[in-house]
Amino acid sequence: MKPETNEKALLEGLAKNDKKAVEAIYQENYNMVQSLIINNNGSSDDAKDIFQEAMIVLYEKVRSGTFELNCQIKTYVYSVCRRLWLKRLQQQNRYSAPLGDTESVVAVEEEIDGHEQRNAEFEMMEKAINSLGEPCKSLLEAYYIQKQNMQVIAASFGYTNSDNAKNQKYKCLMRLKKIFFTHYKNGNGDE
Amino acid sequence: MNDIQILDAVERYINGEMNADERLHFENLRKTNSELDQLVVEHTLFLQQMNRFGERKNFRSALNEVHTTLSEEGKIDAAKLKTTSKVIYLWNRYKRVAAIAASIAGVTAIVFSALVNTFSPKTDTAKLDLLDKKIEVLDNKTTAQGNELKNVKSRFTAPKEPIVYTTGGTGFIIDAKGYLVTNAHVVEGAKNIAVQNNKGEYLAKVVFTDVEKDIAILKIEDDSFKPFTTIPYSVSKSSASLAEPIFTLGYPRNEIVYGQGYLSSKTGFNGDTLSCQIEISANHGNSGSPILNKNGEIIGILNARQNSTEGFVFAIQGKHIYKVLDNLKKTDTAFQRVKLTSKSSIAGMDRTKQVEKLEDYVFMVKVNN
Repeated sequence: MKPETNEKALLEGLAKNDKKAVEAIYQENYNMVQSLIINNNGSSDDAKDIFQEAMIVLYEKVRSGTFELNCQIKTYVYSVCRRLWLKRLQQQNRYSAPLGDTESVVAVEEEIDGHEQRNAEFEMMEKAINSLGEPCKSLLEAYYIQKQNMQVIAASFGYTNSDNAKNQKYKCLMRLKKIFFTHYKNGNGDE
Repeated sequence: MNDIQILDAVERYINGEMNADERLHFENLRKTNSELDQLVVEHTLFLQQMNRFGERKNFRSALNEVHTTLSEEGKIDAAKLKTTSKVIYLWNRYKRVAAIAASIAGVTAIVFSALVNTFSPKTDTAKLDLLDKKIEVLDNKTTAQGNELKNVKSRFTAPKEPIVYTTGGTGFIIDAKGYLVTNAHVVEGAKNIAVQNNKGEYLAKVVFTDVEKDIAILKIEDDSFKPFTTIPYSVSKSSASLAEPIFTLGYPRNEIVYGQGYLSSKTGFNGDTLSCQIEISANHGNSGSPILNKNGEIIGILNARQNSTEGFVFAIQGKHIYKVLDNLKKTDTAFQRVKLTSKSSIAGMDRTKQVEKLEDYVFMVKVNN
């Protein structure tokens, strides 16, 4: 297999959240990122954080289906990590000289900006869901995230039938939507 | 249709779960009902957010799982680097500060040494050399002198034989700091004096003699002597009465000896008013022994002169001790603080107890002349 097709296969695997693909990409790139972070005022925890962030960027990119790989995964991951780490250093007011190898870097500004937007949305949703309390939280997660059907949910949550569960889910959903959209509109209004 | 059913329909529509007929019907409804249209748009956005949220959450946990597995299997360096990374991190973080601090310290050191160099007086190396030589000469001299001294010392100390004390008598403490009273004739012409009680032997010297009254005051001058805290007896100022029972402690030989008797005459030999006559067995070594009455007051100092008439024993009256002390204080102010005890603390005790208390304060006076 040619390296290019190999990488394509890896990205396809990543889009499907295939464990083998994730592991391969992880193993291929993690040490590189870690030494970048550690040599630039970071800890190994920081390295893990930044690397996983970059993995999420890559993952969401391939999920959206619009991603065209015009460089190696390694270069892409390195560029994203470098950019993320620089940003974080600036946020913490820690001075840093231009870090790492600037030649093997591709422009990732747009990706990072989009990623930050999605980060904000993710946090909004997380906050909203966490503020629901039980059983709403688990109920909605079971239905919308784990995609379980109503019969299974009714049984595992102890509702007498799926209609009651549906009723409850509706109420929870209305609350969640209300909380989420309040934040969402406020958040977008700020920008 | 109630709200629940509407939402259900919207979700099925968004997820594409409707069949063609249903879908057509729903789309027509959407066109006519703007509220429904709004709901669909809103809910689409919401579901999209929800999906992304779920996906990212799942992916995150997948990543964490992978991270743990890989670092356990040693395929990434995460675990291994945990400790060293801290050091590298700290080093990277503080190396600039350290560098700045070091350079400031360096510059300060250089500036200071430059200042010291410029402002310190210039010394002439030739003079220094001269001084060095002088010191060397001095050093040699000192060593030579030290050796000389050692020689002299060894010559002097070599024949250090124990001092042979030829004559002796008795003395007793009158001041806790180590002052004793004895007869003047006991210490007459003494080179060395040592006093000894049941505790030990101490060197002493004569600080005052009154040959006429035959009283001498000695002071113990020995490092091993520990001053007394109190003295149990006092010295009586008044004259004793005839037939008053008396007792004494003395060193007629190398051991303390107790003797008792009575006052037989208020005057001494040939009507000597200084002394009195006592009836007590006494020996040459008893000279200087204290004579006490039953109250533990010293009424006299035993004075067994060799030239005194055989069979008679005389004692110097206690009040003369005061007189001698007064004279002593007049001649030398260093003795201002010598003080006699005014009250006996052994009055009323039985005799054995009294003697027990007294023992430590009565010394054998040993003289080498």
